[in-house]
Amino acid sequence: MNYLTLSLALIFVLIPLLLSKALKLELEKDTIIAAVRSIIQLLAVGYLLQYVFDAENMLYILLMVVLMIAAATQNARRKGRSIQGITWKLVLTFVVVEVLTQGILLGLSITPPTPQYIIPISGMIIGNSMVLSILFLNRFTSEVEDHEDETELILSLGGTPKQAIHRQLITSIKASTIPTIESQKTIGLVQLPGMMSGQIIAGADPVQAVQFQLLILFLILTTAVVTSILLGYMSYPTLFNERMQLVKNRMKE
Amino acid sequence: MPVTVKEAVRLENVTYAADGQEILKQVTGSFPEGKITTLVGPSGAGKTSLFRLINGLRKTSSGDIYVEDKHIEKYHPVELRRKVGIALQSATMISGSVFDNLTLPLKLQGEELRREKALELLDLVGLKQDILQQNIKDLSGGQRQKLSIARTLVNRPDILLLDEITASLDRVSQQDIEELIVKINEKYGTTMIWITHNLQQAKNLGDYTWVMIAGEVVETGESSLLNDPSNEQVRRFVKGED
Repeated sequence: MNYLTLSLALIFVLIPLLLSKALKLELEKDTIIAAVRSIIQLLAVGYLLQYVFDAENMLYILLMVVLMIAAATQNARRKGRSIQGITWKLVLTFVVVEVLTQGILLGLSITPPTPQYIIPISGMIIGNSMVLSILFLNRFTSEVEDHEDETELILSLGGTPKQAIHRQLITSIKASTIPTIESQKTIGLVQLPGMMSGQIIAGADPVQAVQFQLLILFLILTTAVVTSILLGYMSYPTLFNERMQLVKNRMKE
Repeated sequence: MPVTVKEAVRLENVTYAADGQEILKQVTGSFPEGKITTLVGPSGAGKTSLFRLINGLRKTSSGDIYVEDKHIEKYHPVELRRKVGIALQSATMISGSVFDNLTLPLKLQGEELRREKALELLDLVGLKQDILQQNIKDLSGGQRQKLSIARTLVNRPDILLLDEITASLDRVSQQDIEELIVKINEKYGTTMIWITHNLQQAKNLGDYTWVMIAGEVVETGESSLLNDPSNEQVRRFVKGED
């Protein structure tokens, strides 16, 4: 695809703009901002990746991963700002997920240690981990608030903080990971995954594309479960003090 | 309070603040062992907060609390909460059956309540034995309250804190619970500290009473004090002017 054909793709931006104008939906400003931002951001990333790929320097790869983790942390921490030390908990979660998955991929030579593989896969892993973190934190904070009576009941009967928060923790872990598991059950039946579609359009062998997509799906499965569990078990102790008391103001927005 | 009676709980200059608001102000006093002491006072007097401090669910801002002459911070929190049981007006239950709720205190210790013991507890609190496997959703307010007390008793507490446990019940259930509390007190010698808004209940069932107003203990003594309070604020409260 060249820039001329790409510019023709702007027709697909014009259609919603015209419809919005005609129906007075007032979506024009946001549509233009979204379109301009995607053009700038993706082109910048494209050129940056080109540079990193050409340089073939591990330091650049590392820097890219660090940038991804920083951006994901910045995005997810807003949802969990009521939990003490959430920034470092998120950073640690993303680092563990990245090291675990890339360790297996590179260690078992499933993917080659080149930036073309490491960077896009890291992006998918960290991005997915970020979404899972947001889903988990959203659910966990509301579970804790909604079931405060139950938490205090268990504490008052001589339960430990872990016992007192167990139900809320498990519910939140399940609730945040179920969409990933469910979506994988119907994958390929309704829509083809984006990465696989991209590879097929770019001329790759469909079976090869499917194999790669499966790898990514399984990675995402691990990422989802590990992210929720790790974040959950790091978060709940901060809600209690050393006297096993539920510290309410640690949960305040 | 008579000096000859042993103290189950002693408070020394206890203050408690939450959300920037002073809830308890320099509360000092004691609750005698094996007796029923009622805690009366208008809403917002800090009575429930006092319970949460004694049970160790909240931390005092300053001052000291002793349970059986031992500072509560010298107890492991789990030990303290098993020793000082608490039953609340809300009678919060975990989802599941009556048995699931009864066995909860032991389950938290990795044990299971024996069926015979569970039936014995139901009998003690005046609940029919055939409700053991019933879902707690099917229980009435009075049944939940009795179950809540039975569940607290599983830990064999020496002190029982009862927070408005009859407030939302009909007259018959209320009477049942009153009889139950007296029965437990007599049978096990459990120290009872009972928050109630029902002054008649306080006069009839309590050995002693504390009157709390706006975070302060304004008068303590034998329950008969409610018939003729010496403090002007208490007099107004008893007359229903507060």
